[in-house]
Amino acid sequence: MPLEDYTIVIGLEVHAELMTETKLFCGCSTSFGSEANSQVCPVCLGLPGTLPVLNEKAVEYAVKAGLALNSDISLLSKFDRKNYFYPDLPKAYQVSQYDLPICLGGHVDFIVNGEKKVIGITRVHLEEEAGKSVHSGATITDSEFSLEDYNRCGIPLIEIVSEPDLRSPEEARIYLETLRNILRYAGVSDCKMEEGSLRCDANISLMPKGATKFGTRTEIKNMNSFRSVQRALEYEAKRHAELLDRGEKIIQETRTWDEASGVTEAMRSKEEAHDYRYFPEPDLVPIVLTNEFVNDLKDNLPEMPVAKYHRYITEYGLPEYDADLITANKDMADYFEEVIKHYKDAKVVANWLMGEFMRLVNEQEVDITEVKVKPKHLAEMFALQDKGVISSKIAKTVFEEMFNTGKDPATIVKEKGLVQITDASEIEKIVEEVIKTNPDPVAEYLSGKEKVLGFLVGQVMKLSRGKANPQMANEFLKKALDQLK
Amino acid sequence: MSLIDKKTVERVADLARLHLTEEEKEDMTKSLNEILEFEQKLANLDTDDVEPTIHAIELKNVMRKDKVEESLSIRDVFLNAPDEAEGFFKVPRIVELD
Repeated sequence: MPLEDYTIVIGLEVHAELMTETKLFCGCSTSFGSEANSQVCPVCLGLPGTLPVLNEKAVEYAVKAGLALNSDISLLSKFDRKNYFYPDLPKAYQVSQYDLPICLGGHVDFIVNGEKKVIGITRVHLEEEAGKSVHSGATITDSEFSLEDYNRCGIPLIEIVSEPDLRSPEEARIYLETLRNILRYAGVSDCKMEEGSLRCDANISLMPKGATKFGTRTEIKNMNSFRSVQRALEYEAKRHAELLDRGEKIIQETRTWDEASGVTEAMRSKEEAHDYRYFPEPDLVPIVLTNEFVNDLKDNLPEMPVAKYHRYITEYGLPEYDADLITANKDMADYFEEVIKHYKDAKVVANWLMGEFMRLVNEQEVDITEVKVKPKHLAEMFALQDKGVISSKIAKTVFEEMFNTGKDPATIVKEKGLVQITDASEIEKIVEEVIKTNPDPVAEYLSGKEKVLGFLVGQVMKLSRGKANPQMANEFLKKALDQLK
Repeated sequence: MSLIDKKTVERVADLARLHLTEEEKEDMTKSLNEILEFEQKLANLDTDDVEPTIHAIELKNVMRKDKVEESLSIRDVFLNAPDEAEGFFKVPRIVELD
């Protein structure tokens, strides 16, 4: 039967690196991109005789993440050892949380195709990151040896496990994007999928529409972008449906997504690989939080995307579409708020950000945080427009120059001689010139084809190199033409 | 009746990468059974009103500030490493071939 006759059931396990300065259990730096093995010490190398000491900031960030995800914060939680042998894990166990995670429950809400979705969160727990392997061959199977960099080993992570509430690959992608947005708003993770600070594994199964018993699931790993999460799940859903249609069984297994070929492949794993033999971590004592500590963090939690969205509509009078687009990216929302500190017409600011601003950001592939235009300068540009110093057309030229150089608009206008012409006699002169050099359109206009006026105004703007005040150009041209009638 | 058999001991040993002789396996099976039998005794106690002990010592919240401390020098990092290449720990083949 077609895929539409199946219900797709998806749950995601998301790992996000916390934005602490140091690792979870030692003082090694967490900064990205340093020389291999330059940020390691006896603790994160798992040398005998060392003891871990918990980073208080990581606890704070995990609680903040839980609060942002509407979770219940556990006043008592502890660490456990998850035991497995793998070269990226020098201790041969990962310190994680098993039966007493720091946050329980919660939900993430978003809108997909006009419908509100509430995706349940099972738990959020703290754990340590593993190291990074570089394989000698093209793939791990082809490699005679591998090289290990332990700089990443011990960086604090939160693992966010969702309920199997997602019903399509698209929903899974939107859930992940919403989750990233929430964590970035909460200020606990920078969530850069390309740097691996946000990673996601997915569980997927199919059941016939109307059924209540979930089918056998497979787990997908190695999806390195939001788009690949959706693509991998679309592929896997189709694969399940084809197998089920042929009366074959789904094998419960872990599969890896191959971005280049667009398929998932079974990973070779021994059966006992999943026997982690968790036991309480004897080297770390329990975390006991007070209601006061939790409430204080709750009161000081930054505004979340949904709240911001509603505020943009009620406080700034933005249309839903604009509010949604701007709050969907924290950097964009931050920028927007900086600009409107200096310029009150929020709709003008929103239009500009969604239009010219995003056009140049996308075209030049820059990060919003690295845009050279200071929010205050953008506000000044709007003011120049309002005062009639520059036209809206010139504003685009000025803005592009601001974007490329970071200069303020007044300087650019002066340097480039872009001040709008509002001197009546000067515009009249240009109008005369246009009428003289365009006899045919003028004749057409006079014979009643008034649409030609637009073309003639265009010629006035062109001749003035965009600097003529458009309203004046329009008005003067009409007056001059009417006198010819 | 024994609570744990030799097969389980072999599996646990394998997971822990322990290579036991036949004699050691017998020994382990016997010792582990004695430990588990003792625990059975404890399991019979009424602990309904007792808070679970989650750590042997009564300490909580031992934490440090999020302040960067010096890491090891690259030279010292590899002093105990069996093999090293280009500033990385070099490890043997991870996935066995068929």
